[in-house]
Amino acid sequence: MPLRPVQIPSMSYPVERSTLSNGLRVVISPDRAAPVIAVAAYYDVGIRSEPEGRTGFAHLFEHLMFQGSATLEKLEHFRYVQSSGGVFNGSTHLDYTNYFETLPANALERALFLEADRMRSPRITEDNLANQLAVVKEEIRVNVLNQPYGPFPWLLLPPVMFDTFANAHNGYGDFGDLESATVQDAASFFERYYAPANAVLSIGGDLDPDETLAMVERHYGDIPGRDAPQRPDFTEPDLTQERRAMEVDALAPTPAVALAWRVPDPADLAAYLPYLVLAEVLTDGDSSRLRRRLVQGDRIVTSLSGYLGLMGDPFDVRDPTALLLQAHHPQGVPVERVITGIDEELRRLADDGLESTELARVIARIAAHQLRGVDSILGRTLAMAIAEQQRGRAELVAELPGLIAAVEPADVIAAAAQLVPQRRAVLELAAGGAK
Amino acid sequence: MSAPAIAPTAAVPALTAARRPRKLTVAERTLASGLRVLAVRRGSVPLVEVRLRVPFAGRSAGHTAKAAVLGETLLSGTADLSTVDIAVALQEIGGSLHVSADPDRLLLSGNGLATGLPRLLAVLDDVLTGAAYPADEVVGERDRLVQRLHMARSQPGVIAREALLRRIYGDHPYSREMAEVDAVAAVTPAQLRTLHRSRVIPAGSTLVIVGDVSPQRALDRVEAALSTWDGGAQAKRAPRVPPLQPGPVVLVDRPGAVQSNIRIGGRALPREDPHYAAMQLANLVYGGYFSSRLVENIREAKGYTYSPHSVIEHSTAGSSVVTEADVATAVTAPALLEMRYELGRIATVPVGERELGNARQYAIGTLALSIATQAGLASMLTALLTSDVDVEWLREHTSRLGAVTVADVAEQAARFLAPRALATVVVGDASAVRPSLSTLDEVSTE
Repeated sequence: MPLRPVQIPSMSYPVERSTLSNGLRVVISPDRAAPVIAVAAYYDVGIRSEPEGRTGFAHLFEHLMFQGSATLEKLEHFRYVQSSGGVFNGSTHLDYTNYFETLPANALERALFLEADRMRSPRITEDNLANQLAVVKEEIRVNVLNQPYGPFPWLLLPPVMFDTFANAHNGYGDFGDLESATVQDAASFFERYYAPANAVLSIGGDLDPDETLAMVERHYGDIPGRDAPQRPDFTEPDLTQERRAMEVDALAPTPAVALAWRVPDPADLAAYLPYLVLAEVLTDGDSSRLRRRLVQGDRIVTSLSGYLGLMGDPFDVRDPTALLLQAHHPQGVPVERVITGIDEELRRLADDGLESTELARVIARIAAHQLRGVDSILGRTLAMAIAEQQRGRAELVAELPGLIAAVEPADVIAAAAQLVPQRRAVLELAAGGAK
Repeated sequence: MSAPAIAPTAAVPALTAARRPRKLTVAERTLASGLRVLAVRRGSVPLVEVRLRVPFAGRSAGHTAKAAVLGETLLSGTADLSTVDIAVALQEIGGSLHVSADPDRLLLSGNGLATGLPRLLAVLDDVLTGAAYPADEVVGERDRLVQRLHMARSQPGVIAREALLRRIYGDHPYSREMAEVDAVAAVTPAQLRTLHRSRVIPAGSTLVIVGDVSPQRALDRVEAALSTWDGGAQAKRAPRVPPLQPGPVVLVDRPGAVQSNIRIGGRALPREDPHYAAMQLANLVYGGYFSSRLVENIREAKGYTYSPHSVIEHSTAGSSVVTEADVATAVTAPALLEMRYELGRIATVPVGERELGNARQYAIGTLALSIATQAGLASMLTALLTSDVDVEWLREHTSRLGAVTVADVAEQAARFLAPRALATVVVGDASAVRPSLSTLDEVSTE
């Protein structure tokens, strides 16, 4: 087959931004191709901001935001969104918490009302807290405690890699901490972190930007402004010596290992993007370095993945963050063989460089992946929200494929040279469920 | 459309006039080989999605294993190309191709930059007409598949799914979604080559292309690229599913489990049935979306569980309805009691007009949302083919949903959601949950 590097297509999405007098930042991106809209509210508070003794609180609070609001009874939010033909969700991350819905375009103003109503005041009661505490415990049981590999590696690796409570603690939360949460804690958390000035409202789809902004003013304009909290400095020094830990997963039938290295501050895209490319060079598909070596060649690994960000999204996290490699391997394969294989491939890449078409094809894959993610109005609206919140640049959503295409071979090689044993954290997962 | 869906809170803005989605134009051609090709232009992003569905039903556990290994090794090389060559060819167009097998079909799902469609089709042709199943590659993939099957079967959700399928399908091939380890280990490269020759054939297969492409040119490209893919006889369909025998609660022991995985399943109407829309709305009101009775009861009122839900699943030879709830061990029996209460209630008491209106709007709205992306539309079109309905079904279904009455819902709920029509499986710590479960029903241990 002929080798001709494909052109990386560029996109362009209109972005209208404004800031209300209460400090709420708004980005609006019309796209009239289908009669669908999406609304997303992003609050600049996440797992890292939880106080000590309150692990899991940001997530528990996210649940409480669905329990009724200024004018809505419990259950009404769900019913209004769904009976309008839409879907909703929310999620809690290291650096932010989001709430979003996507609906037929004729429900735009209703969606804005629903989001504004809970930014005004969620209805947090003893009953709602007790109910959602029970629900969150079941969520943790289904995803972590009753699930082989459930906490691997996203809850297990941070305490190996980081020293401060903010970066190291379990974001799903300790049951004891969750049980001690009070209605007053929730009220204080809301007061402090859910100020309009601490949020970005992103709206996309089949809409008129001027009419939409007028709707936003109508529903959000009179929410009283209060100061956005100062974001603490969460930085930590890089590792200078390898750190290792082992955990036993009582349910896992085969062992696994995760390796993580700190990467440059995502705010500095020129420094950060080579690591994104590197992760794909190492692990994307059957032509990737580590699959060829460990899966097809040595045959010592069953599955393998590599990515930026402990929760798997390279563009929704601030510093400090990491590049992770994780592999499941048969019980009979010593973990050192897996780690040695990874080290040798990293050194080979750093020493010998890339194959002739390797960079071009990996860039094409990343670009296609990015484009696929913003095909849905919801996906694009969410991506714009986080880009605006963390970078002040919703337009990044369209610019990313081009920026990734500009990564040079030397940048990737230099990044590979940084993934040395003394800078990494290693988590071994022993198979307590092996038969 | 229906009456106002919920009691309006004064402040909540009304919906404005509904906007019609653009008409979906599907170009279609059946090639001389029998391959049916559908192409749709959707230029939202400069990408293309491809789905090739090959009927792949079989009757034995051996077939399930061979299909699974074939899926893992279809892209493992041809006479001229290695695994890596194929992967490189796809990666160069920003593409990927995945193969999966289920009891009905083999599905090749691919995507890439729209300009790469010719390359994507060339790779498809290479593997469809020339997959070599190299012995060394087959052994490697087979061993990895065995490992992955062990990992999958350590998950409580998979254990529960397999137990429920055995319960509702008995010995029918639909009870074997996942291959058995011993059967996988016995699969040989020669068997895969034979299976490929006889079953990976264009007759009965369908190729769906959705993306930033000209539909007519896409059809031409497919015709040119896959011109030598032929042979084989007739596609095989899964046999009729046996009648469901409701019986005792099947309890699968997972000593020490902190949760119980409750599954309740039975038959459902297929998409092509005229009463399907009523069945769909009955299921939504009962447990098919967040605003359902089941979620409002066992999650939002009682806090027993995180994500309870009921879904209708479609297969070629029959559809099923399955409720899933993963609940704390201590509330296993109370949760099952509430689930059966909600089933019994919807089977015997007419739903409210408002409840029905809410579910109706949700069904109509989310159908439109689900086909608003290239990948969503490609997957929906492929799913419709499983049900032997064509694209018109999508448009007509909105009208059918609009016409469903409370009486229609009552009729279908009584047929398909009645507790006595359904089988129950519980995976959990048997010593902890058996005594209280036994107060509700007969319990047999698996």
